[in-house]
Order: sequence, then C-alpha cells, then structure tokens
Amino acid sequence: MNLKELITDKVIEKFGTALEEVSDFRDDICLTVSSDQIVAIGKFLKDDSDLQFITCKDITAIDWGTRKKRFTAVYHIYSFKLNCTLRIKANIDADPPAIETVTSVWRSADWYERETFDMYGIKFTNHPDLRRMYMPEGFEHHPLRKDFPVIGIPGSLPLPHQAE
Amino acid sequence: MNRIDQIYNEEKIYKRLLEDRNLTIEDELENEMVINMGPQHPATHGVLRLVLRLDGETVMGIVPELGYLHRGYEKMAENMSYIEFIPHTDRLDYTGTMCNNVGYVLAVEKLAGIEAPKRAQYIRMIVAELSRIAAHLVAIGTFAMDVGAVTMVMWTFREREKINSIFDRIAGARFTTSYTRIGGVASDLDDQAIAEIEQFLVELEPALSEMDKLMLSNRIFIGRLEGIGILPKEDAIALGVTGPNLRASGVEYDIRRAKPYLFYNEIDFRIPTFTQGDCLARYFQRGDEVKESVKILRQCLDKMPIGEVIANNPKRVLSHKTEIYSKMEELIHDFMIINFGINPPVGDTYLSVENPKGELGFYIVSNGTGQPWKLKIHSPSFCNLQAVSQLCKGAMVSDVVAIIGSLDPVMGEADK
Repeated sequence: MNLKELITDKVIEKFGTALEEVSDFRDDICLTVSSDQIVAIGKFLKDDSDLQFITCKDITAIDWGTRKKRFTAVYHIYSFKLNCTLRIKANIDADPPAIETVTSVWRSADWYERETFDMYGIKFTNHPDLRRMYMPEGFEHHPLRKDFPVIGIPGSLPLPHQAE
Repeated sequence: MNRIDQIYNEEKIYKRLLEDRNLTIEDELENEMVINMGPQHPATHGVLRLVLRLDGETVMGIVPELGYLHRGYEKMAENMSYIEFIPHTDRLDYTGTMCNNVGYVLAVEKLAGIEAPKRAQYIRMIVAELSRIAAHLVAIGTFAMDVGAVTMVMWTFREREKINSIFDRIAGARFTTSYTRIGGVASDLDDQAIAEIEQFLVELEPALSEMDKLMLSNRIFIGRLEGIGILPKEDAIALGVTGPNLRASGVEYDIRRAKPYLFYNEIDFRIPTFTQGDCLARYFQRGDEVKESVKILRQCLDKMPIGEVIANNPKRVLSHKTEIYSKMEELIHDFMIINFGINPPVGDTYLSVENPKGELGFYIVSNGTGQPWKLKIHSPSFCNLQAVSQLCKGAMVSDVVAIIGSLDPVMGEADK
C-alpha cells in the first residue's frame, strides 16, 4: 500500500528504531512507536509538508490486564491532505503509568487526555489542566481498568442518602 | 392589623433596607462574578454544566463540566457480546438513533470481515438519512427556541413526528430503534413504509421553506446569531470540531464523501459549506444538510435493489428464525452465537461514520473472544463541546445560550 510506505519511510528516516512496529489490519495503518518519542513523532507527522496530520481525532488507552507493559496509549490522527486516518500506539512502561502530553502538538488532545487520565489513570506529564473528565473530583478509582468491577465498588461514590 | 397599617409597615421595612449601607462596592465594574449554569438548565441541551466568570454581562472565562450523564457504556461494552451492545448505541445520540446503530454495526462488520447484502446497505442509508433529518430538525428547533423563537420547535417537531411514525413501521419502535443487525438489518422495508417515506419527502420540502420564511424574516433571530461565536477554520481543525460545525467554518469534510461507507459513492449529493463560521452559518448549515438528505433519500429509494436484508453466513450472522427452526446447522450456530458471540479475529479497527452531530467513530480491540476487549466511542458532541470555552470568551451571557444551541451537543453522547 502506497500510503503506508510513504508514512513508514518518512518516520524511519527521521526516527529510526523509535518505530517499533507497523501493521495494516483491515487497511487501518497503525504505527507502534516508543513512548518517549511520542511528542517528537507527533510534531513531525503534523509539520511535515507531505503528511500534514493536522488534526487529532481521538486519544485513548488499552489496559492489557496481565501484560508486563500493561497500558498502551492509542492516538488517532487525521490528515486532510492524504485523506488518511493514522493510528499511533505507544506501549507505556512507566509505573505508575505516565506519558508525555501531546497538547503542545494538537490542541484538541486536551480533553481526550483528560478523559484517558480519568478512565485509566495514565498521567500525561506537562498537561496544562489534568483533571477528571467524567468522574467526580476525589473519586479514587479508574473505571476502565480491568481490575475495576462492572458493578462498581460499593462506597466509592457518596450517594445522596449516605451524605449527612 | 388592617391593610393600610400593613402597607405602612412594609414601607418602613423597605426604607430600612435601603438605608443599610454596610455592604459597599467601591467600583461596580471592577468586580467579577462566578456563576453556575446547569446541569439542570433548559438551554444547555441536557445535563451540561458551565461555570462562567462574568465581568458585568461579559463572559471572561468559561469551564464546561461534563459527566452528569456518564453511564459507563465503554465499560459495559467490554462485558457483553457484540450483538448485545446494539441497543445501547441508541442511547448515545438519542436524537439520531439509527445513525448510531448503523455506525456501530459497520464497525463490527469491518472488524469481523462480514459484508451485508446490497439491499440491507441501501436500507441502512435510508434510515440513517431519515435519522439525520430528524436530528437536524430537533437541532434547528431547539436552537431557535433557545434564542426565543418558540414557534419553530413546534414546527420542526411536527415533521419529526412523521419520521418517528415511519421508524415505528420499519423497526417497531419510534425512538429507541435498535434496527440494524450485524450482517444486515432486522426486517425488510415493506411497500407501505416506502410509500410513507415518499409522502414524507413530498411534505417536508414546503415545510422547510415555510420554516425558512419564518426564521429569516425574524430580525431578532438574525440579530442574535449573526457574527456571534465565530469559529475560524484553523481553530475548528485544531480543536477537533466535527460535522456541521466544521463545515460551517469552511472545511469541506464529510466522511460520506472522504471515506465513503455503505453506497454513498453511488449517490450524487453536494456537501454544503459556509465560510462565516458564526452561529447563523451553523443554523443555515443544518438546514442545507436536510435538503441534501432529501436528495439522497430520493436516489436511495430509486436505486434500492431487491434481495436479502441479512447476510447468509450462519457462522457469524444470526439467521432468520424460520431457518433456525428448520435446519440443524443454523440451529447450532444460533446457539453458539448467542452464547459465545461472533468471535472476530484478534486485532483492532477504527471506523467512523458521518452522524448528524459529526464524526462518530468506534475503535474496537478484539482478543478473539465474543466480547470486545475494548470499545472506544469517539463521540462528536464531546469534540464539539471542546470549542465552547474559546467561542464564549468575550461574548455576552445571552450569547452563551446561542453558542451552545448552535454547536448542538447531545449529552448522552458527550458523556457516554
């Protein structure tokens, strides 16, 4: 696939081994990159005149449960020029999980990173306003982690009849 | 105490109140005030909470607070099979339910490698466009109501009722349709449903021009929207604004054209855009998109082929009940699908569709079992709301209502 080669060649030329894996399952181009290079790679993909991935559609994470590198941050970025959605994955090895924020590259990343922080407890370092997005302030858990039960944790949220 | 004494007494109390000079404000214009708007506020379209910092009537800063309708759909999706999640997609953007149904099953079909028959895909296009018209009618009506034109909401809801009745005939439910299935749709369109849709399209066009006449001869309406909440093109892209709001800022981007899904590549339609990027442009944008949807619907009804509405693939797709009751193989696979799920291959896919509010995307990670390992909903209302703080800065308090209405967020979707 042409687009895949174009993007991979450019990234390899600039970053070399920081690009760990390339896949195109069901024609979705996906680059797995090393987590400490995420901002530099994002900046390159945005500013390069042939690529121009100027908009960030979505940021989320995957909790792999028992794997050694438990969390993977997932970015979906879009280029109007290439009409292409690119997925970037970064396996996070820090414990507690943390990764550099990309708000300096894409402004829209602000809320997406807040949501990911809320749901998975991944700390986005240097984020301007890393508060919880959905859950109340002072809630201790991160609901989309695999060790959080579906029914919730009794007593973790103050319910109206409990507040006195 | 007689009435006259009472009045004199009250007068004394008022005078005493007026004499109370303990509270002194040195300069009234120097003081800022923080007020809370919502979550239970009729003009915030659901349970959106805004915290505003005001200087007089000018908004100095605004912080949206989300999460009052957070139901944890992404968590629930991880604990149910792919088929079980279809009814939950109705509750995301509850004004355009069919669009969500279509988007979700397309995402699962992409992951599992299933293709629906052509007639089913055309039916999906028809219901999605009907749903888009319904959602835009709600958006226009409530937006006009927010800025004081209450007649409009009656007129748009009158038209929307007809769409709900059509859905009642097609899907058996007016509002929470859950009509699509993985591999097709639940039931075929009958002749009466098609006749009803055609009748509706005939009636809609004069109704739309009536609405245009009503709103565009209303100087207060125009005055409250023109030049308010201007979102420049560059900011719209940087903030990740999607859908009609992006196109009203001058970006010609529509997923139906950029990445055609279903059979949108066979349909001839225009992508309306505006360059002004203000509230009025966003109002016009939705009106124009309704007209384009009418065009799409007419072509779909013409081009729709005859055939099956669900794929014949018993291992992956639930067969029709008559086949399950008469054939052994289908019975076994039905049992397996219901109990263990459709087991897509290991991998992850992202698929987005053009919803009334913007780009609705589903990022699904499969580990080969019947339940998704992760299902992320990329909801357009969430992205559009991120622009609120920029748009409202420097606006008046009354403009905040107009800006929220023009962005048209649905909190069921933004909060997931």
